[in-house]
Amino acid sequence: MKELSLNILDIAQNSLRANSTHIEIDLTEDKTSLCFTIRDDGCGMTPEFLSRVTDPFSTTRTTRSVGLGLPFLKMQAEMTGGCFSIESKAKQISPELHGTVVSATFIKTHIDFIPLGNIVDTLCALVMGAGEVDVTFVHRMPEREVSFSTREMREMLGEGIPLSAPEVIAWLREYLLDAYAAA
Amino acid sequence: MKTLADLAAIRDKMKGKVAIREGSSDTRIVVGMATCGIAAGARPVLNAFVEAVNDAAMTDSVMVTQTGCIGICRLEPVVEVYVGNEPKVTYVKMTPEKAKEVFAKHIKGGAVVTEYTVGSAE
Ligand SMILES: Nc1ncnc2c1ncn2[C@@H]1O[C@H](COP(=O)(O)OP(=O)(O)O)[C@@H](O)[C@H]1O
Ligand SMILES: [Mg+2]
Repeated sequence: MKELSLNILDIAQNSLRANSTHIEIDLTEDKTSLCFTIRDDGCGMTPEFLSRVTDPFSTTRTTRSVGLGLPFLKMQAEMTGGCFSIESKAKQISPELHGTVVSATFIKTHIDFIPLGNIVDTLCALVMGAGEVDVTFVHRMPEREVSFSTREMREMLGEGIPLSAPEVIAWLREYLLDAYAAA
Repeated sequence: MKTLADLAAIRDKMKGKVAIREGSSDTRIVVGMATCGIAAGARPVLNAFVEAVNDAAMTDSVMVTQTGCIGICRLEPVVEVYVGNEPKVTYVKMTPEKAKEVFAKHIKGGAVVTEYTVGSAE
């Protein structure tokens, strides 16, 4: 991927597919590192499955023909001297509390660091495709913070207007661009 | 500066319109957004279509949606266009520039841009 924000979009799509009701994206940056965590309350994965998802050469992966999103992310983080972690609780094992947390830390000063890129485009694409799923986003920077939550947006919009409406996505884009410009 | 309160104005303006829209969008643009698509540049393509629809004020008749893997990784980004009862048109190796062109010629003008279709690529 050419931008970390593309990895974020890709990983968040996993959460959408896992039947989550809520996805939380937390991005924290300082001078030397960038860390993001994507947390969902979806179906989760069993420990057996989880141990294989970050290994692109696992036979299970090829026979199941699952993709490369998580191995990509792990590789990109580790290439910068950062780290990657994934934790998951499968719904069939833990019916009350289930979901997945993916975290990746990147060292910004490393030559292999790929910039965050257009996070606003990622968030707009994500909300557009999220349907009824709620998204919370916060980007913490040393002296400022940009955030939004689709719950708050839905409250203002009331019933009957989907977040995917182009007018709403256009608003979100400008809202975020304003927030980043002011931040 | 945009605020959450602006959404109330959008709500008032759109009341009733959305229900009509859902049934009447006779054009659908579907962008493949799986890992291979995203890595190949599907996100700016999606945004180019959304922007074009907004700019042309065609949000009532054209719907832009996302899907997972369309199954032709080496030809990503892939976009499927459905217009009325016409057969689906699959565009491959899309870019934002090609998206603008497809929007102008195919969606607005009704003429398929053959050179970007999967048929020409193979
Ligand atoms: N957040 C998640 N919740 C549940 N299952 C997940 C989640 N993320 C990944 N998975 C499982 O791991 C598999 C591998 O994910 P990934 O590496 O992104 O490739 P792909 O999404 O292309 O299959 C997915 O197909 C899915 O079965
Ligand atoms: Mg994936």
